[in-house]
Amino acid sequence: MSVTVYVPRETAAVSLGAHEIAEKLAAVENVNVIRNGSWGASWLEPMLEVVVDDQRIAYGPVSIDDVDELLAAGFLEGADHPLRLGPTTEIAYLINQERWTFWRCGLIESLSIDDYLAHRGFAGLKKAFESGPEFVLDQVKASGLRGRGGAGFPTGIKWQAVAELDVDQKYIACNADEGDSGTFSDRLLMESDPLNLIEGITIAGYAVGASKGYIYLRSEYPLTRRVLEKALAIARESGWLGKNIQGSGFDFDIELHLGAGSYICGEETAMLESLEGKAGVIRYKPPLPVIEGLFGKPTVVNNVVTLGSVPQILALGADKYADFGVGRSKGTLAFQLAGNIRRGGLVEKAFGLTLRELIEDFGGGTASGRPVRAVQVGGPLGAYLTAEQLDTPMDYEAFAAIGAMVGHGGIVVFDDTVDMAQQARFAMQFCAVESCGKCTPCRIGSVRGVEVIDRIIANEDREKNIHLLNELCDTMIDGSLCAMGGMTPFPVRSALKYFPEDFGK
Amino acid sequence: MTTKYDASIAAEIINKYEARPEMLVQILHGFVERYGFVGDEAIRQIANELNLSRAEVHGVVSFYHDFRTEPPGEHIVKICQAEACQAMGSRALTSHAEEKLGVALNNTRSDGGVTLEPVYCLGNCACSPAVMIGEKVYGRVDNEKLDGLLDSLGGSSK
Repeated sequence: MSVTVYVPRETAAVSLGAHEIAEKLAAVENVNVIRNGSWGASWLEPMLEVVVDDQRIAYGPVSIDDVDELLAAGFLEGADHPLRLGPTTEIAYLINQERWTFWRCGLIESLSIDDYLAHRGFAGLKKAFESGPEFVLDQVKASGLRGRGGAGFPTGIKWQAVAELDVDQKYIACNADEGDSGTFSDRLLMESDPLNLIEGITIAGYAVGASKGYIYLRSEYPLTRRVLEKALAIARESGWLGKNIQGSGFDFDIELHLGAGSYICGEETAMLESLEGKAGVIRYKPPLPVIEGLFGKPTVVNNVVTLGSVPQILALGADKYADFGVGRSKGTLAFQLAGNIRRGGLVEKAFGLTLRELIEDFGGGTASGRPVRAVQVGGPLGAYLTAEQLDTPMDYEAFAAIGAMVGHGGIVVFDDTVDMAQQARFAMQFCAVESCGKCTPCRIGSVRGVEVIDRIIANEDREKNIHLLNELCDTMIDGSLCAMGGMTPFPVRSALKYFPEDFGK
Repeated sequence: MTTKYDASIAAEIINKYEARPEMLVQILHGFVERYGFVGDEAIRQIANELNLSRAEVHGVVSFYHDFRTEPPGEHIVKICQAEACQAMGSRALTSHAEEKLGVALNNTRSDGGVTLEPVYCLGNCACSPAVMIGEKVYGRVDNEKLDGLLDSLGGSSK
């Protein structure tokens, strides 16, 4: 009898030696290694699971140097060891979540069509084929799903706008250019459940009448690229992409494009330019991409998690999804605990829990053990919050009310050793490096912003320069064409407002 | 990776994408994978075969961080400089790497052994700081772990 051991093939686990561990275990007699994705408890990675009496027993974090000792201790029989975490189904970090979009992550062999089908795979698409495009549009609208890339635009309304247009060619463009620091939910979903994204994009195509989809993946994710390439090939071979999918009469295929290290290409119109083979310079809006998108054709641009949430909505029903969340923030969000945090990883929960619950209950406070001083939510364009603001509920409206944003759900924690003037300076510096250069407030404003902050830190004409910085921020907010220049002032201003003592004296 | 430029191999890379102008970014990736950079000869040939001007191709090459116009070092070491890694000491780690390798960030060492570059997020933010060497990502990298990784590179990088 052989023993099955799950070893994740996911960037966090692999960055800590999962490939080497898998290779070593595969060479052990009677061991059958399965490469799943990650459950998202990154602090436990690499987390191995041994199947004993049909139950998965977890061990982690395991390093390559632990493997011999684990084998000697009898971990293949589920024996006790300091790294033994118990059954996966009893790990508090995981069972206290509300998994909707990420429920298959870690559970299944990520590149097995059989495992996918055995776990409700393509049930959403089948439901779509049975019930028709109108039904899909109604369900997505009824679910209250909003764009998870950060902007929070209602997904169903976007799809409806494209569906209504009577043109020969439409496109779906999946934005997998997850550039915000502190975010990795797109990556984790693509690596752990790649067929789910393919299903979501195909459903979108069916709903709006598009025959072609694109995934725009950032080049900083080489492992994700390999997983997606294999998943696309598997879907084609098994008749879930291509001509006449599963006899439905619907033709659809997906092309994978790589980004090239440009942050601005996460902005939807810059992404479309890049997909057309050009420099990622943003476009004026209007026209919106739903009217004139890729190659001038109506295009649905959605983030990975948005599209990845749709198969479940169709399979289980929109009302089930809408039962999660608060107010106009329906459903779940995959929060990502990052930076200086003891238990970093992905936590999928309904909207409405507080930042404190995430950072303290799930995250266990800082990794350094020092007090939390600042938290940046929503990526490099998100405001810095103080330890006093941790009781803010996580929903789009509550965050907007305090001048912050939920964004893509990334939460970066800093302890009390952080220098907030340096963080403010970095925000401007990053904008200067990554600006596409189309509009002046962003291109020039960010460069001047770095200089002004340097003068404030050096205590040159302090009051005058703070006034100047505030005026510059106003100009960038009011005059920039997109969120890059328009939101870079948020981290800068919040740092200056809440942590003035860091800006020299 | 760095091989002598060969027009027929270059044509192969371009034709893999049927010389479609909208595949320019993907074609440039093909050149970087093959040669490590996109040189003048490459820009000239791509422009010809895609029916674009050299200025248009150059404009795309210079826009993206991934497309170098000079050959990189034998090894490419990238250290994440974004917020989550900053919160876990990536600034100090970067200084340590600069000292250890004898090259400043954004530069290739004069002996061509190694290129040290910033990267803005590898998506490994729960296991910061993150470092990428070649295509391989490493998590929870401290000075000691980085020294081990750099020492194991071999060749002229030591």
